[in-house]
Amino acid sequence: MPVYSEKVMQHFMNPHNVGEIEDADGVGEIGNPVCGDMMTFYIKVKDNRIEDVKYKTFGCGAAIAVSSMVSDLVKGKTLEEALTVTPSMVAKELEGLPKNKLHCSNLGAQALHKAIKNYAIKNKIDIPGLTDKEEPEEDEHACET
Amino acid sequence: MDNVAAAPLLPEVREAMLPYLGQIFGNPQSLHNWGDGAREALEGAREQVAALIGGASEEIVFTSSGTEANNMAVKGIARARSEKGKHIIVSAIEHFSVFNSARTMQREGFEISLAPVDSTGTVIPAELLKLVRPDTVLISVMHASGEVGTIQPLAEIAAGLPKDGPVLHTDAVASAGNIPVDVKKLGVQALSMAGNQFNGPRGSAALWIKRGVRILPLLDGGIQEGGRRPGTEDVPAIAGLGKAAEIAKRDLEVRMERLSGLRDMLIEGVLGEVEHSVLTGHPVNRLPGYASFCLRFIEGEAILMLLNSHGIAAASGSACTSRALKASHVLLAMGINHELAQGSVLFTLGPNNDAEDVKYVLENLPKVVDRLRQMSPLYSKYLKEQKG
Repeated sequence: MPVYSEKVMQHFMNPHNVGEIEDADGVGEIGNPVCGDMMTFYIKVKDNRIEDVKYKTFGCGAAIAVSSMVSDLVKGKTLEEALTVTPSMVAKELEGLPKNKLHCSNLGAQALHKAIKNYAIKNKIDIPGLTDKEEPEEDEHACET
Repeated sequence: MDNVAAAPLLPEVREAMLPYLGQIFGNPQSLHNWGDGAREALEGAREQVAALIGGASEEIVFTSSGTEANNMAVKGIARARSEKGKHIIVSAIEHFSVFNSARTMQREGFEISLAPVDSTGTVIPAELLKLVRPDTVLISVMHASGEVGTIQPLAEIAAGLPKDGPVLHTDAVASAGNIPVDVKKLGVQALSMAGNQFNGPRGSAALWIKRGVRILPLLDGGIQEGGRRPGTEDVPAIAGLGKAAEIAKRDLEVRMERLSGLRDMLIEGVLGEVEHSVLTGHPVNRLPGYASFCLRFIEGEAILMLLNSHGIAAASGSACTSRALKASHVLLAMGINHELAQGSVLFTLGPNNDAEDVKYVLENLPKVVDRLRQMSPLYSKYLKEQKG
């Protein structure tokens, strides 16, 4: 039995939207190499919509597939819509993740939220669903040193 | 190229096992004719296994796995000697079956000391010997690492131990059948080995215990294996282990030469072709089939998945590869940081591998690494720093 779903494998083998945006409007970085994964999301915003999204990921197959899926889910969406993307939504779209890899889906959503927050702070705007939201807990990603 | 995880059974070994899965199904403990054949197989295998490691056949106890042999050695010897003292020394890079057995003994009131290793994964004899106390009853140091292939200076450790002092056990699961193993030359009193590490069947393993060394059984039961390991013997597996031991002894030099050649070709190739790659383990004192590396800026599981898509099987000690999401304690004990340990990849060569396989890996690994680095934020940071 394969460890990963077909969907995860598709995104892992051919990840969408990989890269960096030089003049990004928002950048969000999460995780650290000690924990095992690290993701950096870049967004380009136009008329309150995520016109372009790119990312770079250091991590396992799940982390890469999650990044790819998150980028697909939010591209072209309004910032408010993008903020409704949750880890469980990502995992579901990927047709499930192994239990010990669920934290990877948290990372993807968190990195994106951070990029949006970064954009909001830079532009001094308030986005519903962002400021009233607690900062996502990073310790869900069990990191032991 | 993941022979450490699963190696093919040699055809000769399978042949040697078949009669005991068929007609000769007797129980070696039975006194009738049906038992005789099975008993013959059992005792024949005991001699073959003893011959491989230079021990006496009556000092061999068959077990179901290397893990069981290690459990039995650590717990059984410590418990049998607990009146003499309650201190155990194990090296920092032991297999979990030794590590966690030591932890169990800690719960039973023993004190555990960890002997450090240097950056090549070699136990430093002087450092280990400093840990020895009058109440040290057991020392367990693996013969060779199953993760980085480093061969340990056991004879040097043994030579430095006080006479009638602690019992020295070695987990030789990775080495037995692959390099010369002689219990007298190593100076050990107990040694674990497993058939699946030299193309014997899984479920076949043994613990050698020098005559006179006391050990308590893990299981309570009947008189099998002299009462030290009760339970009806797995005759087919044991017959296979014996045959594999015989073949390993017979072919040892040829196999070592062949595998070392392939290994060195792979190591030179990877270090030459893949930028920012480091060899893990000792550059010279290493098992013949072991080529282990850390590749910077990328993660092991992703490397394995892409290699797999090219039809290449390898292993990794990265945190993401492990179920527990912890980086290999072996790599960390060697002073490799978490980030670098994430890029761990291990190739273990076996009888089915040849120079073509190595060339194929050398063609594809750089592509895999490059692809993952292109999407690694660590790599782009590094490139920017280089520019800046």
